[in-house]
Amino acid sequence: MADLRSAAVPPIGPTDHVRGSGPEAILYLDLACPRCAAEWPMVKRLGLRLCVRHFPLAAKRPRSLALHAAAEAAALQRADGFWALWDSIYADHGHLDDPHLWERARRLGLELTRFDADRRSEVVAARVQADFRGGIRAGVAGTPTAFIGGERIAGDLLASLESEVPL
Amino acid sequence: MIEPGSEAPAFTLPDHRGEDVSLSSFRGRKLMLCFYPNDFSPVCGDQLSVYQEVRPQIAEAGAELVGISTDGSWAHNAFRKQLGLEMTLLSDFHPKGEVTRAYGAYIEERGHPNRSLVLVDEQGIVRWVHESPSPLEIPGANLIFDALDQVSQ
Repeated sequence: MADLRSAAVPPIGPTDHVRGSGPEAILYLDLACPRCAAEWPMVKRLGLRLCVRHFPLAAKRPRSLALHAAAEAAALQRADGFWALWDSIYADHGHLDDPHLWERARRLGLELTRFDADRRSEVVAARVQADFRGGIRAGVAGTPTAFIGGERIAGDLLASLESEVPL
Repeated sequence: MIEPGSEAPAFTLPDHRGEDVSLSSFRGRKLMLCFYPNDFSPVCGDQLSVYQEVRPQIAEAGAELVGISTDGSWAHNAFRKQLGLEMTLLSDFHPKGEVTRAYGAYIEERGHPNRSLVLVDEQGIVRWVHESPSPLEIPGANLIFDALDQVSQ
């Protein structure tokens, strides 16, 4: 059985999706979460080294798992595929069904047959679940949730992240 | 809040289908009672959605998770459907909050339960409790697994 007892938030590792430079922030996000979509455009512009992790609440948001798996599948074909699809999903939250994902993948120049096979693969599902389990163990109880210096941010996420950016 | 080591107060409450559920029906299984303030509140929605995702692992650990609030059965039913929840939700609606009070989880000035977890063992004894410092603070699912691990040792 997977161990879901309390543990510190996993430090940023080689398999994480990281971008930007500055103080580190680890974010647990759900690609189908409207609040995450609303805050992402502001968060991504902050002068921070951002690590995003998958935290799909699948029962609440039926498209969550498919979206997170799609982002991982894009990463398997293009070095910048993960971030390209990630940003594209948050930028247009009204088109999240499979045909919309195929269209996004096509615009990114991904090979569609492989994209579809990859996003349904066990490897991709395990990658998404690993992030989710790490979040559960660190006490993530909703999205968006952020950690700075290993500590979970309570209260206004955007304001707390902004306060981390050096002046 | 009720103390670990106490006998869990007996109850019979209607569930989300309006059918009576008694504490005694959980004898022989561990029961994690999750008292929460309100159906449809964003924070309660987040809490129960996260617990829903780890419901299989809670079952693997030999426990059943059951939610309780002072909302009625019809509201519970709609709340479950909205969030895709599979857990039983019990309605402490009438007399309002009576069972929640018996577990020491009722906030009188607010008229709803505090966010609290109570682990009842196979013999009906309270083994672990957690009360949130404020209704806005969600106890992570990790605390449920810590408690189940602690009680099984």
